[in-house]
Amino acid sequence: MNVGLEKEAKLELIGVSEGSAKEAKLELIGVSKSYRRDRKRHPVLDRLSLRVGEGEFVTLIGPSGSGKSTLFRLIGGVELPDEGSIRIDGKETNGKRGLIGYMPQQASLFPWLSVAANVSSALTTAGIEAGEAKRLAAEWLRRIDLGDVAGEYPHVLSGGMQQRVSFLRALLMPRAVMCLDEPFAALDALTRAEMQAWLLRLWEEERRSVLFVTHSIEEALTLSDRIYVLSRAPARILKEIRVPLPRPRRGDVWKEPAFVALKEEIMGLLGEGTSP
Amino acid sequence: MASKIRRALLPAGTLIAFVLLWQAVCSAFEVGPYVLPAPWTIASYMADNAARLWDQLSFTLLLALKGIGLGVAIGIAAALLFHLIPGVRAALSPIIIITQNIPTIALGPLLIVWFGFGLAPKLILLALVCFFPVAWSMLAGLGQAAPHLREYMAMIGASRWEVLRRLELPASLPSFFTGLKLTATYGVTAAIVAEWLGSSEGIGHYIVLKSKGYDTTGVFAAIVCIVALALAFYGAAVLLERLVIRWRPGTSNAAAGKRRDAA
Ligand SMILES: Nc1ncnc2c1ncn2[C@@H]1O[C@H](COP(=O)(O)OP(=O)(O)O)[C@@H](O)[C@H]1O
Ligand SMILES: [Mg+2]
Repeated sequence: MNVGLEKEAKLELIGVSEGSAKEAKLELIGVSKSYRRDRKRHPVLDRLSLRVGEGEFVTLIGPSGSGKSTLFRLIGGVELPDEGSIRIDGKETNGKRGLIGYMPQQASLFPWLSVAANVSSALTTAGIEAGEAKRLAAEWLRRIDLGDVAGEYPHVLSGGMQQRVSFLRALLMPRAVMCLDEPFAALDALTRAEMQAWLLRLWEEERRSVLFVTHSIEEALTLSDRIYVLSRAPARILKEIRVPLPRPRRGDVWKEPAFVALKEEIMGLLGEGTSP
Repeated sequence: MASKIRRALLPAGTLIAFVLLWQAVCSAFEVGPYVLPAPWTIASYMADNAARLWDQLSFTLLLALKGIGLGVAIGIAAALLFHLIPGVRAALSPIIIITQNIPTIALGPLLIVWFGFGLAPKLILLALVCFFPVAWSMLAGLGQAAPHLREYMAMIGASRWEVLRRLELPASLPSFFTGLKLTATYGVTAAIVAEWLGSSEGIGHYIVLKSKGYDTTGVFAAIVCIVALALAFYGAAVLLERLVIRWRPGTSNAAAGKRRDAA
């Protein structure tokens, strides 16, 4: 009970309107991190607080080098925050690994495993029994039209296809949140737009809790329910923006006036002190 | 396939030319077979003594196989030990470097003094020679797994054992085979040395006999056998590598073009 009250108080403090109406799958409270380099402290994250509700698509947008990947390393338990608390499903998980699904910028498929084995081996790591993992992988690869290449090695796949497999691997892990770290940044513009539409459709069917990182404003607005705009390093949250666009969204959502207005607002926030 | 044959044509041509020249020189200057036997002389000698040579060769083959097997097993175990337990590598490095720098010719007689003329000293000598390339190259391979794959495994919470089994071991295979190919040829040489030093059988022993009897043709016949054996071992290692490592892009040239359409 106490914890609940405390949480609500803190949420109020940081201006999260929704309070405890929706169960928070992931919650960061006052998380800071700095690295030591040349005997000097380099603060990377400055008292960040954010939350991802059940079935919510939340995006972090910020300049590169602002500390977004560092934040993911903290959430993944690979590194410890200097202060603050990271909670997954309501439990403090600072430094605990194996609680999130993860999709990195590079597809990071194992070159010696077939596409299907890449998916199923990640699932066995997540605790799914081997037979069931194989079945799930085969079924879902068929579902996303990659059934034909399930037996191939990843290097025969195009960049976009590799990212689909990488996404599927994160999606199928039975974990509270999916963390996607600039998954489309390495793709060309056309493939990228295609992948966004694909992800949008798949996510709207599945409604998993997602924390997504990007530095593309359009991508953030197209996909998200809520956006946190980060400052340059040390990263603070400049603003939390609710995206009022209705779902299901389509690829041409960028034509909506609300989209255009928000885009301008975010550009303004990110553009502070940068090139005109 | 056709381009492979074409690429093999030039070295094969040189080899044939070399043998022909050798034959021509021997016939033209009437070089005595105790100095330099002609290729044809060697060939007919080998045909006449085929059964004996084959016996000796199969003894050496078996010894080399046992020694290489033992050496590779120890090499893999050492690589894993060094990789998994920090400090072991630094602690044992000097001793290992020392064992690798003692000439086998010097080490062999000592081993015979300590362990007699049986199989044991020969196997120890072979294992000492064979484990090193495997251990060293595999150790390098284990540490060289792609950083982004390491990061991925950490982020999804894979255990140390899973990182080893799913990432580091497969990633070390190309280096392992580099070591194995070296070991395959070193192993044959080491087996010959071991037999030379103390054996009553094998090609190594055969060379000792023939050279003591000034039977140069016999020595050459033995050398041909040794080279053939070393090449066969090397070929077997290459074949094994092809069978195991099938994922490397570039094995099919269609794949190279399709790869990474977006950089
Ligand atoms: N292990 C580390 N040691 C020292 N500095 C680091 C380390 N990891 C990241 N940094 C620094 O932290 C900052 C944020 O990096 P990162 O989280 O990768 O940014 P982003 O993902 O937003 O582009 C960068 O300035 C980077 O140099
Ligand atoms: Mg990053």
